[in-house]
Amino acid sequence: MLSEAEWAVIALSLRVSLVAMLVTLPLAYALAYLLVRRRFPGRVLLDAAVHLPLVLPPVVTGWLLLIVFGRNGAVGGWLYETFGVALVFHWSGAALAAAVMALPLMVRAMRLSIEAVDRRLVGAARTLGATRWQAFCTVTLPLTVPGIAAGAMLGFARSLGEFGATITFAANIEGQTRTLPLAIYSGLQVPGNEDAVARLAVMSIILSMGALVLSEWLVRRAQGKDAHVL
Amino acid sequence: MTHRIDIDITLAPGGREIACRIASDAKLTALVGPSGAGKTSVLNAVAGLATPLAGHIRVAGTTLFDAAAGVNLPPERRRTGYVFQDTRLFPHHRVAANLAYGTRFAAPEDRWIGQDEVVALLEIGDLLARWPANLSGGEARRVAIGRALLSAPRFLLLDEPFAALDPLRAEALTGLIERIRDELDIPILLVSHSAAEVARLAGQVVELHPHTALA
Repeated sequence: MLSEAEWAVIALSLRVSLVAMLVTLPLAYALAYLLVRRRFPGRVLLDAAVHLPLVLPPVVTGWLLLIVFGRNGAVGGWLYETFGVALVFHWSGAALAAAVMALPLMVRAMRLSIEAVDRRLVGAARTLGATRWQAFCTVTLPLTVPGIAAGAMLGFARSLGEFGATITFAANIEGQTRTLPLAIYSGLQVPGNEDAVARLAVMSIILSMGALVLSEWLVRRAQGKDAHVL
Repeated sequence: MTHRIDIDITLAPGGREIACRIASDAKLTALVGPSGAGKTSVLNAVAGLATPLAGHIRVAGTTLFDAAAGVNLPPERRRTGYVFQDTRLFPHHRVAANLAYGTRFAAPEDRWIGQDEVVALLEIGDLLARWPANLSGGEARRVAIGRALLSAPRFLLLDEPFAALDPLRAEALTGLIERIRDELDIPILLVSHSAAEVARLAGQVVELHPHTALA
């Protein structure tokens, strides 16, 4: 079936996507909560900035990441000088690119579930003795678990497919940043690789479908069979 | 001497001004008035879910809010037993967990009634394993009252407890509130449209007029 190198590509893809999803999860939830429950100056701008990767050409997102996180970038330069960490050409850079691209989808899924929580329940919890934080932990958070799960799966699936920002920012390095889509792209550049490309493409479809079906199933199980994330 | 319930506030929910003044020593005080007079807004202010523009709220000897003195206790420190008109039971908890919700936040020395006693008083023993979505209106009300009692409250706020109940259930609930009034020594502020129930339960009736300050 798959060669060792192909399994390595899949393992790298899963690792990059999993890390991207886990790192983005708390940030996406905090942003979703902020956008739903708080009114502050610049909220519309923040909302737009979060959604930017959804509408921007991925190559532009990758270029922006280079500017900020590249070795000469504001954050990237500091990371390199302080910790000796370089995200460019490294699998963590691919995870960062995937995380930025997945963020808007994750925020959207979580936002819907936070909007669905009746604020009056939070008020009830407060009168029963819960502080703001306790009310969040015992009411809002448990009621939004399906949204968190759906957002996580959606972000994971999106990360698996990430191509443009990754190749622009983290480049196409075998064993480091050559995830499934990049490996398929590389395979297509050389004649005679049709079989390998087909195998990787099928794996890509299976993994993505699995993540999507799982997220739908999670939401339906928790919120009834008419609920959906897609 | 201080009144059990001493409220003198100005509120502006949704931009219109409401003035409310209550000075009562009755065990149960009823707040009545036409729809839209702002009765629920007053209860929300007492519970700390809304902040009045001015005035003070003192219940059972404790100052909950005093604009002049800069006192405004957060809801969780007011020890309110608020029974909402829409009950607001937590949909992700069964009845038993709903009842127990407030108990964990109350200091042990403040608790004055146990779950067994509440379950017996409200006759909700059969409901403990049910989900709130599967309760009738009357059952949900009784569970909401139980949840409020078990949070170690210093006073009770009852918002339209008879709304949407048939006469038989309303009668049963009236008897229950009567028992709570007589057996448990905590001030109760009741908002209700039901004249018969108010007449039977209330030691003092305060009328809230829309858009006008009470003298």
